Amino acid sequence: MREFSREEIDSVLDLAQTLEPYARGKRSDMLAGKILALLFFEPSTRTRMSFETAMKRLGGGVINLGPAEGSSISKGESLADTVRVIGGYADALVIRHPKEGSARLASEFSPVPVLNAGDGAGHHPTQTLLDLYTIKKEQGRIDDLEIALVGDLKYGRTVHSLAYALSLYGADVTLVSPPTLRMPEAIRNDLSGKGTRVREVCDLAKVVNNVDVLYMTRIQRERFPDPQEYNKVARSYRLTPQFLAGARKNLIIMHPLPRVDEISPDVDETPHARYFQQSFYGVTVRMALLKMLIGKGA
Amino acid sequence: MNMTTLTAATTKTAQTKKSSIEARIDAKDEKDEPRELRVKPIKNGTVIDHIAGGQALNVLKILGISGTTDATVSVVMNVESSKLGKKDIVKVEDRELLEDEVNKIALIAPAASINIIRDYMVIDKHIVDLPNEIVGVVRCQNPNCISNTTEPIKSRMLVKAKNPVLLRCIFCEQPLTDRIAEYLI
Repeated sequence: MREFSREEIDSVLDLAQTLEPYARGKRSDMLAGKILALLFFEPSTRTRMSFETAMKRLGGGVINLGPAEGSSISKGESLADTVRVIGGYADALVIRHPKEGSARLASEFSPVPVLNAGDGAGHHPTQTLLDLYTIKKEQGRIDDLEIALVGDLKYGRTVHSLAYALSLYGADVTLVSPPTLRMPEAIRNDLSGKGTRVREVCDLAKVVNNVDVLYMTRIQRERFPDPQEYNKVARSYRLTPQFLAGARKNLIIMHPLPRVDEISPDVDETPHARYFQQSFYGVTVRMALLKMLIGKGA
Repeated sequence: MNMTTLTAATTKTAQTKKSSIEARIDAKDEKDEPRELRVKPIKNGTVIDHIAGGQALNVLKILGISGTTDATVSVVMNVESSKLGKKDIVKVEDRELLEDEVNKIALIAPAASINIIRDYMVIDKHIVDLPNEIVGVVRCQNPNCISNTTEPIKSRMLVKAKNPVLLRCIFCEQPLTDRIAEYLI
């Protein structure tokens, strides 16, 4: 996300707005005859299915890598070779991989455009774009909002990408995490260097009443090298309706999902919950990206 | 002519012809250094001066000069320097290092000066200047970076700042500031 300009982001969000009716089922053949290859080397539900939905809603086709065990990957093929080969079958690639920088590598070897669907603990830019779209749709603007990012800020790639993007919109960012899961210093320094107001706290109760957006994240067991370290911080935060009693009226609660226990199910019934809406917007935003990359005139 | 005279004559001739490379390379440091030469002048090649004390071997590593090289290489370490306190000097004979390859040593020796020697004369001298991108010299410090795997790529670092040096991996975007010498490939 570091390389995106605000103008580029806004152009994606504007196009997504025009495509939303198609995400809701309006028929389209904008990408008829085009093929999207999904290369997921890590588990995914929402990202993979929303890309597939976006492509099919626009009339295109999808091919899948399938389980790595049955593919050339298990025979020791490099990622570089894999994307060169599959890039010959498809018009664009979507890649999720456990190594940071894998999407960048793929883009250098692939003959067709590559979309990063998450690279290790690095970035998840399409999630960020749908997060921004959600904020814009639900708050009417992104500029100058007060936003709290909560949970695993060390390993959580969605918050890394989102923090960079918010810095383009003059957002006031509060980072809420256990001390061991603070946002990496390099990113905090980058944000401060861009003039973003950043503060860090551990106590969620101190910020709930003072923000417009509460962005919750799951503390991801799979990212911890040491399970004991995970157990020390698991269940650090749990949002309940009682927590929200003094919240601003316009507060929206977001979450990249899946949630475990950081948002109590009864929060779903409050007027603040937006995470399922946010998940739906993933289709809209990914439609926009696909159309920009492989649609007519791309 | 006896051997003593011959040696003296040869030394005198060499000192005249070389126009004292050491003196020209580092006039300021001359006054701090012992008069005798620790390493003889070279006729042709490259002299890298003003390397921070103790970094000469890392400089050789960056230049790809290993123990199996054919070149005649002289290394002087930790000599007195008014500019740096202690400095190292590297002399590579019969090889004129290209500016691009030598500039990479600015990673660990930002004050180094490069002197191209022909027939004992300094025919070109410049201070190293780090290029905008460093390829295949420093590995990313992130163990989970794709560049630290068997993929067919070289490490690539963007130079975001030169003083102090700030590198950023082009793949995972992890920055690298201090301890750069530890990550030399």
